[in-house]
Amino acid sequence: MPQKYTVEIIIENKPAARDPEGETVMRDLVHKSGYTNIKSVRTGKILRLNLEASSEAEAKDTVIRMVNELRIYNPVAHIYRVEIKDKRGES
Amino acid sequence: MNTEIKIGVVRFPGSNCDLDTVYVLRDVLGVSADLVWHKDKLEGFGGIVLPGGFAYGDALRAGIIAAYSPVIQEVKTLAREGVPVAGICNGFQVLIEAGLLPGALLPNDGLKFICKWVNLRVEHSDTAFTNVEKKGGLWKLPIAHGEGRYFADKTILKELHENNQIVFLYVNDEGEPTEDANPNGSLESIAGICNLERNVLGLMPHPERGSEKTLSPYRTDHGKRFFQSMIEYIRKGVA
Repeated sequence: MPQKYTVEIIIENKPAARDPEGETVMRDLVHKSGYTNIKSVRTGKILRLNLEASSEAEAKDTVIRMVNELRIYNPVAHIYRVEIKDKRGES
Repeated sequence: MNTEIKIGVVRFPGSNCDLDTVYVLRDVLGVSADLVWHKDKLEGFGGIVLPGGFAYGDALRAGIIAAYSPVIQEVKTLAREGVPVAGICNGFQVLIEAGLLPGALLPNDGLKFICKWVNLRVEHSDTAFTNVEKKGGLWKLPIAHGEGRYFADKTILKELHENNQIVFLYVNDEGEPTEDANPNGSLESIAGICNLERNVLGLMPHPERGSEKTLSPYRTDHGKRFFQSMIEYIRKGVA
């Protein structure tokens, strides 16, 4: 019996690829507002998927396979991670 | 009109420089050029241009969705056969995402869409799109993009240098690739690269918008040399 899962794909630039949006947020918002103990800000992109799978492992495998097959991220510039958020797929 | 040479200009949903490109090829350079819908066949073309625009609204990442269009498989086959393939702006992004050229094009350093004229230096004249220009030639062309910051890892960058694949650099009026002259934060001021075989080339600037003196604030028509080179390359292949 397939279950519903919510899975998030989080994509961000590799450390070597600058993230000017994150830099601006840190410099012009975070630090100027006094949060000087925050040492870095990186922005990224989230794709939240609802899917059906027979297990958590299958849900994760499906998403990882898709991410690589469809180049959801550009391996030259980005890193990604896949996280299971909710087993009912209701988020 | 030189009818033996026919160039295909691919149209994706969201392309917007397609008609300008066809106009320059037909009316400025006098060769035959046709628009090709991205789901149609590419037949009888001696050269292919993937034009600028915003295919699929740049969803996910500029160029990625168009890279899965049916036409791209045919573009890959033609590229392997030695047919010249140009990717201009969004077309460059598509070539990168389709794996026809290495690297990545990230959002501009300043996070803004930039529309302005820039200086380019032609680094190599032995490509399908620069063969009528000399090495070191300076071109003025406009850019208009939000995601044009060229990025590559160390391995790719080394290969690009070793194989002379970096074809265009952003430079200042003196022809030097300074930080000030780099409009979008591209790695090493890279504005355009080609493949190993030198018949597939992508660049962020728009040669089709700089091919007539009337349209240039500097009265230049350097973009014409890009297409003249392409035509020359096809002509040599035909002969």
